[in-house]
Amino acid sequence: MNLFKIFGRAPSSAPVARERLQILLAHERKSACNSELITVLHREVLQAITKHIDIDPDKVEVTIHRREAMSVLEIDIEIEAQSMNNAIAAQADKAA
Amino acid sequence: MAKVLVVTSGKGGVGKTTTTAALGAALAQLGHKVAVVDFDVGLRNLDLVMGAERRVVFDLINVAQGEAKLHQALIRDKRLPNLYLLPASQTRDKDALTEEGVERVIGEMRDRFDWIVCDSPAGIERGATLAMRFADVAVVVANPEVSSVRDSDRIIGLLDAKTARAERGDRIEKHLLLTRYDAGRAGRGEMLNVDDVLEILSIPLIGIVPESEDVLKASNVGSPVILHNATSAPARAYAEAAQRLCGEDVPVSVPPAEKKGFIGRLFGRRAA
Repeated sequence: MNLFKIFGRAPSSAPVARERLQILLAHERKSACNSELITVLHREVLQAITKHIDIDPDKVEVTIHRREAMSVLEIDIEIEAQSMNNAIAAQADKAA
Repeated sequence: MAKVLVVTSGKGGVGKTTTTAALGAALAQLGHKVAVVDFDVGLRNLDLVMGAERRVVFDLINVAQGEAKLHQALIRDKRLPNLYLLPASQTRDKDALTEEGVERVIGEMRDRFDWIVCDSPAGIERGATLAMRFADVAVVVANPEVSSVRDSDRIIGLLDAKTARAERGDRIEKHLLLTRYDAGRAGRGEMLNVDDVLEILSIPLIGIVPESEDVLKASNVGSPVILHNATSAPARAYAEAAQRLCGEDVPVSVPPAEKKGFIGRLFGRRAA
Protein backbone atom coordinates (compact mmCIF):
# COMPACT_ATOMS: atom_id res chain seq x y z
CA MET A 1 0.00 0.00 0.00
CA ASN A 2 2.75 2.46 0.93
CA LEU A 3 4.68 1.45 -2.16
CA PHE A 4 1.60 2.19 -4.23
CA LYS A 5 1.40 5.59 -2.56
CA ILE A 6 4.99 6.47 -3.31
CA PHE A 7 4.50 5.73 -6.99
CA GLY A 8 1.11 7.43 -7.05
CA ARG A 9 -0.83 4.33 -8.04
CA ALA A 10 -3.11 3.65 -5.12
CA PRO A 11 -5.97 1.44 -6.31
CA SER A 12 -9.03 3.68 -6.29
CA SER A 13 -12.06 2.79 -4.21
CA ALA A 14 -14.46 5.46 -5.47
CA PRO A 15 -15.51 3.48 -8.60
CA VAL A 16 -16.39 0.55 -6.32
CA ALA A 17 -18.54 2.86 -4.15
CA ARG A 18 -20.24 4.21 -7.23
CA GLU A 19 -21.08 0.81 -8.63
CA ARG A 20 -22.35 -0.55 -5.31
CA LEU A 21 -24.62 2.47 -4.91
CA GLN A 22 -26.00 2.23 -8.42
CA ILE A 23 -26.97 -1.40 -7.96
CA LEU A 24 -28.42 -0.90 -4.49
CA LEU A 25 -30.44 2.20 -5.36
CA ALA A 26 -31.85 0.70 -8.53
CA HIS A 27 -33.31 -1.99 -6.29
CA GLU A 28 -34.43 0.29 -3.46
CA ARG A 29 -36.15 2.77 -5.76
CA LYS A 30 -38.24 -0.06 -7.13
CA SER A 31 -39.33 -1.47 -3.80
CA ALA A 32 -39.22 0.73 -0.71
CA CYS A 33 -40.67 4.08 -1.72
CA ASN A 34 -43.56 2.75 -3.77
CA SER A 35 -44.53 -0.27 -1.75
CA GLU A 36 -47.87 1.07 -0.43
CA LEU A 37 -48.97 2.29 -3.82
CA ILE A 38 -47.89 -0.94 -5.47
CA THR A 39 -49.87 -3.03 -2.99
CA VAL A 40 -53.05 -1.07 -3.73
CA LEU A 41 -52.52 -1.11 -7.49
CA HIS A 42 -51.78 -4.83 -7.45
CA ARG A 43 -55.00 -5.60 -5.57
CA GLU A 44 -57.23 -3.41 -7.71
CA VAL A 45 -55.75 -4.53 -11.03
CA LEU A 46 -56.28 -8.11 -9.94
CA GLN A 47 -59.92 -7.38 -8.99
CA ALA A 48 -60.62 -5.72 -12.33
CA ILE A 49 -59.08 -8.45 -14.46
CA THR A 50 -60.49 -11.46 -12.57
CA LYS A 51 -64.01 -10.30 -13.42
CA HIS A 52 -63.27 -11.33 -17.00
CA ILE A 53 -60.20 -13.56 -17.05
CA ASP A 54 -59.13 -16.30 -14.68
CA ILE A 55 -55.61 -15.33 -13.52
CA ASP A 56 -53.12 -16.49 -10.93
CA PRO A 57 -52.49 -13.62 -8.42
CA ASP A 58 -48.80 -14.53 -8.31
CA LYS A 59 -48.50 -13.92 -12.04
CA VAL A 60 -49.38 -10.22 -11.71
CA GLU A 61 -46.30 -7.98 -11.50
CA VAL A 62 -46.68 -4.27 -10.77
CA THR A 63 -43.53 -2.13 -10.88
CA ILE A 64 -42.90 1.59 -10.85
CA HIS A 65 -39.72 2.95 -12.39
CA ARG A 66 -39.09 6.46 -11.11
CA ARG A 67 -37.32 9.06 -13.22
CA GLU A 68 -36.87 12.79 -12.77
CA ALA A 69 -39.24 13.96 -15.49
CA MET A 70 -41.51 10.97 -16.01
CA SER A 71 -42.09 7.63 -14.30
CA VAL A 72 -43.14 4.35 -15.87
CA LEU A 73 -45.85 2.15 -14.38
CA GLU A 74 -45.37 -1.39 -15.65
CA ILE A 75 -48.09 -3.99 -15.24
CA ASP A 76 -47.13 -7.46 -16.36
CA ILE A 77 -49.74 -10.23 -16.27
CA GLU A 78 -49.18 -13.78 -17.43
CA ILE A 79 -52.34 -15.55 -18.62
CA GLU A 80 -52.54 -19.23 -19.48
CA ALA A 81 -53.76 -20.04 -23.00
CA GLN A 82 -56.79 -21.93 -21.69
CA SER A 83 -57.95 -19.02 -19.45
CA MET A 84 -57.56 -16.58 -22.32
CA ASN A 85 -59.61 -18.78 -24.67
CA ASN A 86 -62.34 -19.19 -22.04
CA ALA A 87 -62.47 -15.45 -21.46
CA ILE A 88 -62.77 -14.68 -25.18
CA ALA A 89 -65.47 -17.29 -25.61
CA ALA A 90 -67.42 -16.01 -22.59
CA GLN A 91 -67.33 -12.45 -23.88
CA ALA A 92 -68.49 -13.59 -27.33
CA ASP A 93 -71.43 -15.47 -25.74
CA LYS A 94 -72.45 -12.33 -23.85
CA ALA A 95 -72.34 -10.23 -27.00
CA ALA A 96 -74.37 -12.75 -28.96
CA MET B 1 -43.81 35.62 -2.09
CA ALA B 2 -42.37 33.81 0.89
CA LYS B 3 -40.46 30.62 0.25
CA VAL B 4 -40.18 27.74 2.66
CA LEU B 5 -36.87 25.91 2.33
CA VAL B 6 -36.12 22.61 4.06
CA VAL B 7 -32.54 21.54 4.70
CA THR B 8 -32.63 17.77 4.91
CA SER B 9 -30.44 14.69 4.40
CA GLY B 10 -31.69 11.51 6.07
CA LYS B 11 -28.28 10.79 7.54
CA GLY B 12 -27.05 12.63 10.62
CA GLY B 13 -23.83 14.57 10.89
CA VAL B 14 -23.55 15.60 7.24
CA GLY B 15 -23.96 19.34 7.93
CA LYS B 16 -27.67 20.20 7.98
CA THR B 17 -27.44 22.61 10.91
CA THR B 18 -24.24 24.22 9.62
CA THR B 19 -25.95 24.62 6.25
CA THR B 20 -29.17 26.05 7.73
CA ALA B 21 -27.21 28.67 9.70
CA ALA B 22 -24.96 29.53 6.75
CA LEU B 23 -27.70 29.72 4.10
CA GLY B 24 -29.97 31.67 6.48
CA ALA B 25 -27.22 34.22 7.11
CA ALA B 26 -26.27 34.36 3.42
CA LEU B 27 -29.88 35.00 2.34
CA ALA B 28 -30.18 37.71 5.03
CA GLN B 29 -26.98 39.32 3.74
CA LEU B 30 -28.58 39.44 0.30
CA GLY B 31 -31.25 41.67 1.88
CA HIS B 32 -34.03 39.14 2.46
CA LYS B 33 -35.94 38.84 5.70
CA VAL B 34 -35.11 35.35 6.92
CA ALA B 35 -36.16 33.01 9.72
CA VAL B 36 -34.31 29.78 10.49
CA VAL B 37 -36.44 27.17 12.27
CA ASP B 38 -35.08 24.23 14.26
CA PHE B 39 -37.27 21.12 13.89
CA ASP B 40 -34.99 18.85 15.92
CA VAL B 41 -37.24 18.62 18.98
CA GLY B 42 -35.37 17.24 21.98
CA LEU B 43 -31.95 17.69 20.37
CA ARG B 44 -31.91 21.32 19.37
CA ASN B 45 -28.59 22.69 18.17
CA LEU B 46 -29.30 25.46 15.71
CA ASP B 47 -29.41 27.93 18.63
CA LEU B 48 -25.89 26.86 19.61
CA VAL B 49 -24.45 27.07 16.10
CA MET B 50 -26.06 30.52 15.72
CA GLY B 51 -24.69 31.66 19.10
CA ALA B 52 -28.15 32.31 20.57
CA GLU B 53 -28.32 29.46 23.12
CA ARG B 54 -28.61 31.79 26.12
CA ARG B 55 -31.42 33.84 24.61
CA VAL B 56 -34.00 31.06 24.13
CA VAL B 57 -37.24 31.73 26.03
CA PHE B 58 -40.06 30.20 23.96
CA ASP B 59 -39.78 27.65 21.17
CA LEU B 60 -41.50 26.16 18.13
CA ILE B 61 -43.72 23.86 20.20
CA ASN B 62 -44.87 26.71 22.46
CA VAL B 63 -45.95 28.63 19.37
CA ALA B 64 -47.47 25.59 17.64
CA GLN B 65 -49.55 24.83 20.74
CA GLY B 66 -50.60 28.44 21.19
CA GLU B 67 -48.75 28.93 24.49
CA ALA B 68 -46.67 31.77 23.07
CA LYS B 69 -47.00 34.24 20.23
CA LEU B 70 -44.66 33.90 17.26
CA HIS B 71 -42.99 37.25 17.96
CA GLN B 72 -42.26 36.19 21.55
CA ALA B 73 -40.40 33.08 20.42
CA LEU B 74 -38.41 34.57 17.53
CA ILE B 75 -34.83 35.53 18.43
CA ARG B 76 -33.32 38.33 16.41
CA ASP B 77 -29.72 37.79 15.32
CA LYS B 78 -27.25 40.24 16.85
CA ARG B 79 -25.16 40.50 13.69
CA LEU B 80 -27.81 40.65 10.97
CA PRO B 81 -30.97 42.63 11.80
CA ASN B 82 -33.13 40.80 9.25
CA LEU B 83 -32.22 37.29 10.45
CA TYR B 84 -34.35 35.50 13.07
CA LEU B 85 -34.22 32.12 14.81
CA LEU B 86 -37.15 30.01 15.98
CA PRO B 87 -35.58 27.40 18.27
CA ALA B 88 -36.79 23.85 18.94
CA SER B 89 -37.81 22.64 22.35
CA GLN B 90 -35.10 20.87 24.31
CA THR B 91 -37.35 19.18 26.82
CA ARG B 92 -40.58 18.18 25.13
CA ASP B 93 -41.52 14.89 23.62
CA LYS B 94 -41.26 15.11 19.85
CA ASP B 95 -44.89 13.95 19.54
CA ALA B 96 -45.86 17.35 20.93
CA LEU B 97 -45.37 18.71 17.41
CA THR B 98 -48.48 18.21 15.27
CA GLU B 99 -49.03 18.73 11.57
CA GLU B 100 -51.81 21.29 12.24
CA GLY B 101 -49.56 23.21 14.65
CA VAL B 102 -46.68 23.32 12.18
CA GLU B 103 -48.98 24.36 9.34
CA ARG B 104 -50.30 27.27 11.38
CA VAL B 105 -46.82 28.48 12.43
CA ILE B 106 -45.42 28.21 8.90
CA GLY B 107 -48.50 29.97 7.53
CA GLU B 108 -48.05 32.85 9.96
CA MET B 109 -44.34 33.06 9.13
CA ARG B 110 -45.07 33.24 5.40
CA ASP B 111 -46.71 36.62 6.01
CA ARG B 112 -43.67 38.00 7.82
CA PHE B 113 -40.61 36.59 6.06
CA ASP B 114 -39.14 36.20 2.58
CA TRP B 115 -37.40 32.94 3.44
CA ILE B 116 -38.24 30.36 6.10
CA VAL B 117 -35.35 27.89 6.38
CA CYS B 118 -36.30 24.67 8.21
CA ASP B 119 -33.50 22.61 9.76
CA SER B 120 -34.66 18.99 9.61
CA PRO B 121 -33.65 16.38 12.17
CA ALA B 122 -31.86 13.27 10.87
CA GLY B 123 -33.90 10.19 10.06
CA ILE B 124 -37.19 9.76 8.22
CA GLU B 125 -39.60 9.94 11.12
CA ARG B 126 -42.10 12.52 12.31
CA GLY B 127 -39.69 15.42 12.89
CA ALA B 128 -38.11 15.00 9.47
CA THR B 129 -41.41 14.60 7.62
CA LEU B 130 -42.91 17.62 9.41
CA ALA B 131 -39.86 19.75 8.57
CA MET B 132 -40.33 19.00 4.85
CA ARG B 133 -44.15 18.91 4.91
CA PHE B 134 -44.86 22.53 3.86
CA ALA B 135 -41.64 23.23 1.93
CA ASP B 136 -41.50 24.79 -1.52
CA VAL B 137 -37.79 24.15 -1.98
CA ALA B 138 -35.48 21.47 -0.57
CA VAL B 139 -31.73 21.47 -0.15
CA VAL B 140 -30.55 17.88 0.23
CA VAL B 141 -27.20 17.86 2.04
CA ALA B 142 -24.95 14.92 1.19
CA ASN B 143 -21.37 13.90 1.82
CA PRO B 144 -19.48 12.05 -0.94
CA GLU B 145 -19.82 8.80 0.96
CA VAL B 146 -21.98 5.73 0.31
CA SER B 147 -24.30 5.80 3.33
CA SER B 148 -25.01 9.51 2.94
CA VAL B 149 -25.79 9.15 -0.77
CA ARG B 150 -28.11 6.22 -0.13
CA ASP B 151 -30.02 8.12 2.58
CA SER B 152 -30.25 11.18 0.32
CA ASP B 153 -31.89 9.03 -2.34
CA ARG B 154 -34.46 7.90 0.20
CA ILE B 155 -35.13 11.50 1.27
CA ILE B 156 -35.60 12.58 -2.37
CA GLY B 157 -38.26 9.85 -2.65
CA LEU B 158 -40.02 11.20 0.45
CA LEU B 159 -39.89 14.79 -0.86
CA ASP B 160 -41.68 13.59 -3.99
CA ALA B 161 -44.29 11.65 -2.03
CA LYS B 162 -44.96 13.08 1.42
CA THR B 163 -44.83 16.87 1.06
CA ALA B 164 -47.99 18.97 0.80
CA ARG B 165 -46.80 20.20 -2.61
CA ALA B 166 -46.29 16.68 -3.95
CA GLU B 167 -49.73 15.64 -2.69
CA ARG B 168 -51.30 18.60 -4.51
CA GLY B 169 -49.54 17.44 -7.67
CA ASP B 170 -47.10 20.37 -7.65
CA ARG B 171 -43.38 19.94 -8.08
CA ILE B 172 -41.08 20.52 -5.15
CA GLU B 173 -37.81 22.17 -6.19
CA LYS B 174 -34.91 19.97 -5.07
CA HIS B 175 -31.22 20.87 -4.93
CA LEU B 176 -28.16 18.92 -3.94
CA LEU B 177 -25.55 20.48 -1.68
CA LEU B 178 -22.40 18.40 -1.48
CA THR B 179 -20.51 19.04 1.77
CA ARG B 180 -17.16 17.94 3.26
CA TYR B 181 -15.84 17.55 -0.27
CA ASP B 182 -12.14 16.92 -0.69
CA ALA B 183 -11.16 17.59 -4.30
CA GLY B 184 -7.73 16.02 -3.78
CA ARG B 185 -9.11 12.71 -2.57
CA ALA B 186 -11.85 12.71 -5.24
CA GLY B 187 -9.17 13.32 -7.86
CA ARG B 188 -7.17 10.36 -6.60
CA GLY B 189 -10.23 8.11 -6.74
CA GLU B 190 -10.44 7.78 -2.96
CA MET B 191 -13.78 9.57 -2.71
CA LEU B 192 -16.91 9.72 -4.87
CA ASN B 193 -16.54 12.76 -7.11
CA VAL B 194 -19.17 15.39 -7.93
CA ASP B 195 -20.20 13.72 -11.19
CA ASP B 196 -20.64 10.33 -9.50
CA VAL B 197 -23.02 11.75 -6.89
CA LEU B 198 -24.93 13.85 -9.43
CA GLU B 199 -25.37 10.90 -11.75
CA ILE B 200 -26.64 8.68 -8.95
CA LEU B 201 -29.05 11.18 -7.36
CA SER B 202 -29.99 13.09 -10.55
CA ILE B 203 -31.07 16.37 -8.92
CA PRO B 204 -29.40 19.70 -9.77
CA LEU B 205 -26.35 20.87 -7.83
CA ILE B 206 -26.65 24.05 -5.74
CA GLY B 207 -23.10 24.05 -4.39
CA ILE B 208 -20.03 22.20 -3.20
CA VAL B 209 -18.75 22.98 0.29
CA PRO B 210 -15.18 21.78 0.77
CA GLU B 211 -13.97 19.96 3.87
CA SER B 212 -12.54 22.79 5.93
CA GLU B 213 -11.34 23.70 9.40
CA ASP B 214 -13.33 26.92 9.21
CA VAL B 215 -16.64 25.10 9.75
CA LEU B 216 -15.64 23.82 13.20
CA LYS B 217 -13.98 27.10 14.13
CA ALA B 218 -17.21 28.96 13.34
CA SER B 219 -19.45 26.59 15.32
CA ASN B 220 -17.01 26.73 18.27
CA VAL B 221 -17.75 30.42 18.65
CA GLY B 222 -21.44 30.26 17.68
CA SER B 223 -21.30 32.00 14.34
CA PRO B 224 -22.60 30.94 10.93
CA VAL B 225 -19.47 30.13 8.91
CA ILE B 226 -20.36 32.80 6.39
CA LEU B 227 -20.15 35.53 9.07
CA HIS B 228 -17.17 34.13 10.92
CA ASN B 229 -14.73 34.16 8.02
CA ALA B 230 -16.35 35.56 4.91
CA THR B 231 -13.36 34.84 2.67
CA SER B 232 -13.01 31.16 3.65
CA ALA B 233 -13.81 28.54 1.03
CA PRO B 234 -16.98 27.23 2.78
CA ALA B 235 -18.27 30.79 3.29
CA ARG B 236 -17.86 31.53 -0.41
CA ALA B 237 -19.55 28.25 -1.34
CA TYR B 238 -22.56 29.04 0.87
CA ALA B 239 -22.78 32.64 -0.34
CA GLU B 240 -22.91 31.42 -3.95
CA ALA B 241 -25.44 28.70 -3.10
CA ALA B 242 -27.70 31.40 -1.59
CA GLN B 243 -27.41 33.45 -4.81
CA ARG B 244 -28.41 30.40 -6.84
CA LEU B 245 -31.41 29.81 -4.56
CA CYS B 246 -32.51 33.34 -5.44
CA GLY B 247 -32.38 32.43 -9.10
CA GLU B 248 -29.05 34.04 -10.00
CA ASP B 249 -27.02 32.25 -12.61
CA VAL B 250 -23.73 31.64 -10.81
CA PRO B 251 -21.74 28.68 -12.16
CA VAL B 252 -20.81 26.05 -9.55
CA SER B 253 -17.07 25.72 -9.19
CA VAL B 254 -15.34 22.71 -7.65
CA PRO B 255 -13.32 24.07 -4.73
CA PRO B 256 -9.63 23.26 -5.19
CA ALA B 257 -7.88 20.85 -2.83
CA GLU B 258 -6.64 22.58 0.32
CA LYS B 259 -3.00 23.43 -0.11
CA LYS B 260 -0.75 21.98 2.52
CA GLY B 261 2.65 23.40 3.29
CA PHE B 262 5.75 21.28 3.18
CA ILE B 263 5.58 20.53 6.92
CA GLY B 264 1.87 19.74 6.68
CA ARG B 265 2.55 17.22 3.94
CA LEU B 266 5.37 15.63 5.91
CA PHE B 267 3.27 15.09 9.00
CA GLY B 268 0.13 14.15 7.17
CA ARG B 269 -3.43 14.65 8.29
CA ARG B 270 -4.83 16.53 11.20
CA ALA B 271 -8.32 15.90 12.41
CA ALA B 272 -10.73 18.62 11.30
